[in-house]
Amino acid sequence: MSMLTLYNNINTFLILGALLLGMGVYGIVTRRTLIGMLIAAELILAGASVNFMAFNRFTAPDPVTGQIFALFIMAIAAAEAAIGLSIVIAVYQQYKSIDAEDTVQLKG
Amino acid sequence: MNPSMITSPAIFSVDGMVGIVFLIMVAITVTGGLIACNSERLVRAVAGLIVCFVGVAGLYYFLNSPFVAMMQILIYVGAVAVTISFAIMLAAPEEQKKVGSGGPLVGPFGFATSALLTGSLSVLVIKTDWKSFEKINSGTIKEIGLNLLTSYSMVFELVSIVLLIAILGALVIARAGREG
Repeated sequence: MSMLTLYNNINTFLILGALLLGMGVYGIVTRRTLIGMLIAAELILAGASVNFMAFNRFTAPDPVTGQIFALFIMAIAAAEAAIGLSIVIAVYQQYKSIDAEDTVQLKG
Repeated sequence: MNPSMITSPAIFSVDGMVGIVFLIMVAITVTGGLIACNSERLVRAVAGLIVCFVGVAGLYYFLNSPFVAMMQILIYVGAVAVTISFAIMLAAPEEQKKVGSGGPLVGPFGFATSALLTGSLSVLVIKTDWKSFEKINSGTIKEIGLNLLTSYSMVFELVSIVLLIAILGALVIARAGREG
């Protein structure tokens, strides 16, 4: 297997998806601010999409299903980002901080 | 498996150039992801996220779906990243725009967790023998459109409702603490 034919191999894409997932998990664990965690969550979603698209290209009989699933993941990720960021802004107005360790009360 | 996948193409042939472009896309994706999860400032993390998404769009192009690649750039780079940078400008005070680590043990343990996860998944991927099946259609934009409006029409409508409710909910939540 040569370096230049890696794009014809499903393993390359699946390992890249696993790498994106790993970077996202690392970000979620180590970041302290809520926005940093949200950015890491976007990385995890990108990894999941790459996985779906790789299976769609190399194994699935119907090459439309994976593409449509990736489009739906994008729509849900956009909704998640909008809701998450508005929650971050609401938390900031309440606590004047977006540090995850400062937001310890359930009722503001 | 045909013989052209086993023998290495010359670097300056068409196949070789395609391989080099693919390697560049992989490098862009990994670099962007590393910046996004490691950088000290949130603004740089968002910039790394944008770089990573552009690389992922390139990967989608290599996976025979230019439409999803364009949508990736349009939605993620155009909408999600801009939303996140607006939230950083609105919410983070200047001294908090740096992301300190949560303690001395968080970094090593977090790295160990993610390395274990990535490594075990990669071993699993390499050891599995993935079967491929005969394609029943070409997977072009036309096929995507036909399927979105026939087989997946219900999901299509539901996603639009989810997006509408998410936008309304985001407006309501972000407005709640504001006077007047």
